Amino acid sequence: MELKVKQMQRVDGFKESLYLPALFMGFRLTVRHFFRNLFGSKDVVTVQYPEEHRPVSVRWRGRHRLTRREDGFLKCVACYMCETVCPAKCIHIDAGDHPDLSVEKYPVHFDIDELRCVFCGLCVEACPKEAIRMDTGVISMAFTSRNPFDFTRDLLKDEYQPNEVTKFSDADLPQPKSQAEALPNSVGLPAA
Amino acid sequence: MNPLLEILSIPLVQTILKIMFMIMIFAMPLGTLMTLMERKWSAMVQDRVGPNRANVGNFRGHGLAHIAADALKSIFKEDTIPEGSDRFLYLIAPFFGLIAGVSVFAIVPIAAPIGNFTFQITDIEPGLLFIFAITSLSVYGAVLAGASSNSKFALLGGIRASAQMISYEVFMGLALMGIFMVYGSTRVSEIVDGQNAYWFGSLIPKWGILTQPLGFLLFTTALVAETKRAPFDAPEGESEIVAGYFLEYSGMRWSAFMLAEYLAIVGVAALLTTLFFGGYHVPWLHLWESAPVWLVRVLQFTKFTAFVLFCCWFQIQLRWTVPKFRFDQTMALGWKKLLPLSLANTVATAAIILIFV
Repeated sequence: MELKVKQMQRVDGFKESLYLPALFMGFRLTVRHFFRNLFGSKDVVTVQYPEEHRPVSVRWRGRHRLTRREDGFLKCVACYMCETVCPAKCIHIDAGDHPDLSVEKYPVHFDIDELRCVFCGLCVEACPKEAIRMDTGVISMAFTSRNPFDFTRDLLKDEYQPNEVTKFSDADLPQPKSQAEALPNSVGLPAA
Repeated sequence: MNPLLEILSIPLVQTILKIMFMIMIFAMPLGTLMTLMERKWSAMVQDRVGPNRANVGNFRGHGLAHIAADALKSIFKEDTIPEGSDRFLYLIAPFFGLIAGVSVFAIVPIAAPIGNFTFQITDIEPGLLFIFAITSLSVYGAVLAGASSNSKFALLGGIRASAQMISYEVFMGLALMGIFMVYGSTRVSEIVDGQNAYWFGSLIPKWGILTQPLGFLLFTTALVAETKRAPFDAPEGESEIVAGYFLEYSGMRWSAFMLAEYLAIVGVAALLTTLFFGGYHVPWLHLWESAPVWLVRVLQFTKFTAFVLFCCWFQIQLRWTVPKFRFDQTMALGWKKLLPLSLANTVATAAIILIFV
């Protein structure tokens, strides 16, 4: 194969050795940028990170959230699908009998250890109820200790804001003290 | 007589007050401001935001707090002294540059005198020759720092810096010969007053940049080379000799080098304003004959400061516009082009003055 060689024209001579025309052209460019950015930061592409975020794709797998039904209860029926499929074993669910008999079960505890999570998205695919999703767009979870990474059920509910009291309080659901108390109608519970 | 006024009328007290004003209120704040402005302005040229994170409480002031943050950081950093270095020379080297940077302000007038009182620390007869003497002193800072650090990179940087500064000093003086001839003096106050004259009645002021355009270019080039800034920053080359002659320094002594560089920028700006932009003289102000004295002085100081700021901005813009010269190119430009040019400028100016004036 014949190599393509582009011969560059070397600019030389009196005008080049004066430096001043080139200097003037350079100044025209930099001064234009300087004044454009001095009045209104028009060309600046910097994202001021903690205050501003770049938009993430809707398919980005971020922090999990638990979706809710129209009446405000969690969609989750505590079927353990996600806990079973999770390769990192970071989901821990405790099921309880829902007061609404048509629902059957609800998660008493739904904990995700986000430090162990590998963000593979298998829990989302496994869920039969579309109860768990990873579309919060939260791409960074930064805390100064390990404990806050254990996201409990109420922290994972959607519309959760760190500094906002959620509409969906703990009082909305019964708070059983033990597994036996949580599943009074079930049979075959392991002996306490 | 009021005892306070009596004390203030002693020339020595006046001089000390002037020195304190020029250094504490004018030069140092502008120099430290330039350390931030260099980063902010370079950011604007390169479509960035620049430093804006340091804050005092909720006050960020577009990065103003970075000045204090940088100073605090430098103070608390360890002042390392490399093994095998010449301790005494290593410790004093940073302050040569500072002294040279500050000394420029000794002869720069910032407003017209009122009676016997001059707004200038001292108006010595040699004037600018004093500046040449002082700037040659600043070579010692680079040489001593490079030689005493016991580091090959620092030594190479020191050699480059000294070679460059000495070469460019040669025609820095020659470039100003034209100015000396046109205004007939080396005394700064006479040069400044000479620029208060006009061509064609009172149409065009006889500023140095108009009487000596080539001299202005040459002198600016020489001063930029003297401050070791781009495009003449061969003494510091990241890819070859890292930070050059102050490679081994840290903490406050490193900051002294940086402050010296930015003081030099302000000093250069003050010199350029004084010699080529009419100094403190506001053009066409003489047309307003009933102007009160204090207002004229305020206007003059404002004009002087504005042009100093402009010249500072110009130097920083220059650094972020042009690529650096290779070291041999620096020397070739200095000796083969600028030195003959400044000689020609001197001869041509002399001939024109001899024939036409």
